[in-house]
Amino acid sequence: MARQARTTGQILGHGLLWAWTVAALVFLVAPILVIVPLSFNAGAFLSFPMPGLSLRWYAELWQTDVWWSSLANSLIVGTGATAIAVVLGTAAAVGLAMARFPGKDALMAVLISPLVVPLVIVAAGTYFFFIPLGLTGSLLGLTLVHAALGAPFVLITVGATLVGFDRNLTRAGASLGAAPFEVFLRITMPLIAPGMVSGALFAFITSFDELVVAMFLTGPGQRTLPRQMFDGIRENMSPTILAVATILIVISILLLTTVELLRRRSLRLRGIRE
Amino acid sequence: MVLPIGGMLRLAVSNGELRATMPATTEALRDWDGEGVPPEALVATFAEELRAAREARSLGPVGQRLNNARPGDRSIVQGTARRLPDEPDGDWRATLAGIDETWGEPRIWRSLQAASAPWTELYLLQALDLERDADGGIRAVGDDRAIYRSILGRTFLISLVVTLACLAIGYPLAYKLASLPPRIANPLTILVLLPFWTSLLVRSAAWIVVLQREGPINEALLALGLVDEPVQLVFNRIGVYIAMTHVLLPFMVLPLLSVMRSIPPSHMRAAISLGATPLEAFVRVYLPQTRAGIGAGCLLVFILAIGYYITPALVGGAADQMISYFVAFFTIQTVNWGMAAALGSILLVATLVLYLVYARLVGIDRLTLG
Repeated sequence: MARQARTTGQILGHGLLWAWTVAALVFLVAPILVIVPLSFNAGAFLSFPMPGLSLRWYAELWQTDVWWSSLANSLIVGTGATAIAVVLGTAAAVGLAMARFPGKDALMAVLISPLVVPLVIVAAGTYFFFIPLGLTGSLLGLTLVHAALGAPFVLITVGATLVGFDRNLTRAGASLGAAPFEVFLRITMPLIAPGMVSGALFAFITSFDELVVAMFLTGPGQRTLPRQMFDGIRENMSPTILAVATILIVISILLLTTVELLRRRSLRLRGIRE
Repeated sequence: MVLPIGGMLRLAVSNGELRATMPATTEALRDWDGEGVPPEALVATFAEELRAAREARSLGPVGQRLNNARPGDRSIVQGTARRLPDEPDGDWRATLAGIDETWGEPRIWRSLQAASAPWTELYLLQALDLERDADGGIRAVGDDRAIYRSILGRTFLISLVVTLACLAIGYPLAYKLASLPPRIANPLTILVLLPFWTSLLVRSAAWIVVLQREGPINEALLALGLVDEPVQLVFNRIGVYIAMTHVLLPFMVLPLLSVMRSIPPSHMRAAISLGATPLEAFVRVYLPQTRAGIGAGCLLVFILAIGYYITPALVGGAADQMISYFVAFFTIQTVNWGMAAALGSILLVATLVLYLVYARLVGIDRLTLG
C-alpha cells in the first residue's frame, strides 16, 4: 500500500501517541521494578544511590521464623482453597455449559459475584457468620472463604475452554460404551485441563495475595504472608520487605508465563487460531 | 457466599441486645406510651433485670447498644447497675434518679424503648448522618457529628477520579496496542498484565518507596529544579490517586483492548478516503465503536475502586480512608457491628446496582481475564 505523504500534524500526533504509550507502560512496570535492586541494598535505606550490593536482607529473611510460619500458613490455605475452588468451579462450568435452563444467566451472575463484591463485605459478612460456628481465628474458615473467592476464576477459565467444545466427542465416547463419569475423565477433562490449571493458578494467587478476609478471620496464631507484609509495611518498612516483594514478583512472573502458555496451548488444541 | 452476606444485611437492622438480657422490660417498654418517665411497675421490672444482668455479667451488649445510639449511655447504665441497692429507697423511680439524674429524664427511657423494638433503622440512619428527633421525624444530625456523608462522598470522589485517570491513560495505550502488529503488541500486553499479577501489597510498597521524600520522583524533581524541597507525595490523597490508578489500570486496558482488536482498520481508512481528516475519522467512526469497551472498563474500575481498603490504608492519610476502612474499623476495633453492617450494606447496594448495569450493558460472559 502506498502511503500518502504525512502532514507535520500527523507525524506529531503519532509521536505523541507513542510517547504516551511508552509513558503509560513505564508507569505500569517501573514502580515494580524499582524495588528489585533496592532489595539487594547493602545499606539500610530505601533510596538511591545504594552504598553497595549485598544479600544481607535475604539472609535476614531466611533466619526469621515469623516469615517462615506465615509462608507455611499461606501455602496451607492457598492449597486447600485452590483444591476446593477447582472442584466446585469445574463442576459449575461443565454444568452450565452442558445444560440449558431458564435463569441460567442469573445463576451465572450470582456465581461470579464474589469477583465484584467488595472484599470487606465478604470479610465482615463471613466474620459475623463464622463467630457462632467457631470458625474465626482458624485456618479452616479462611480456606473456605478463599475457596469461594477462587471458584469464579475457575468457572470463567474452564468456561472459556468449553466454548466451541465439540459435543460429538462425548457422544462418541458414550456410544462406544463409556460410563458418563468415564467420558468426563477421559474425554472432557483432557480438553478442559488447561482451563482448570489456569483457573487453579488464578485461585491460588488470589488466596496467596488476599489480605482483607485474613485480617478479619485470623488471629496472631494464623498469620498469613500478606498479613505479615502489611504489618511490616505499616510499622517498619525495611529492605527485608522489599526482599519478600522481589520474591513475590518472581513468582508472579512465573505464574503469568504459565497461564499465557496454557492459554495458547488450549487455543491450539481446539483448533482456534489467534 | 450468599448466606453470610444476607446475615450481614440482617445485622444492619437487628436489635436483639435488650431483648436477650431484659425480656420483661422489653415487653413492658413496647406497651409504654413514651410520655414522661415510665410508671413505677415498669421501672421496678427494669431495676430487677438490671441487677440480674449485673450478676450474670451480661450487661455488656445492652450498654454497647445504648452507646451506639448515644455515646455515654453505657457508663450511665453500668454505673447505675454497680450502685443499685437490693431494696428501693421509697420507690424505684426516685431511687434510680438518685443514683443518676438521667433516669429522671424521659429521653433515656425513650432510648431504651427504641432498643426494645425488633428492628431498628438507627444504624442505617446514622450511616447517612440522619437521626430521629424527639417527635419521631427524620432530620440531619448537627455538623459536628456528621461524618459518614463525607466518607461516602470521599469514596465516590476517589473512585471517580481514579476511573477517569485510568480512562485517560488507558485509552491511548489500548489504542496503540490494538493497532500494532501482534509480534510487537503481544510482549507489550504482557507488560500490562504483569502488574495485574503482582501482589497488591508489593505494588503498594513499591509506591511508598517511589513517592517517599527521598524517593526517585522527588530526587528527579529536585535535580530538574522544579521544586526546592521534597514534595509530600505519599500518605496523602495524591498517593492514593496514583497508587489506585496504577492498581486498576489493567482493568481498564484489557476490556478496551478486546473491543478495539475487533474493529477492522479498514473502517478508518474508508473514512479518510472519503475525505475525513484523521481526527474526524477517529471521533466519528472509531470512538463510537469503542463505547462498549469504555463502559465496561469504567464500570469495572469504579466497582472495584469503591470497595478498596488495603491501598488507601497503606498509602493514604487519615483523611483518605474509604468506606471499607470504616466497615473494618467498626467490626474489629469498636465492635459496633450494627454500624459496620449498615455501612457495608450501603457499599453492597452501590456495588450491586453498578454490577447489574454492567451485566446489562456488557454481559456477564464478557467478564474475562485477559
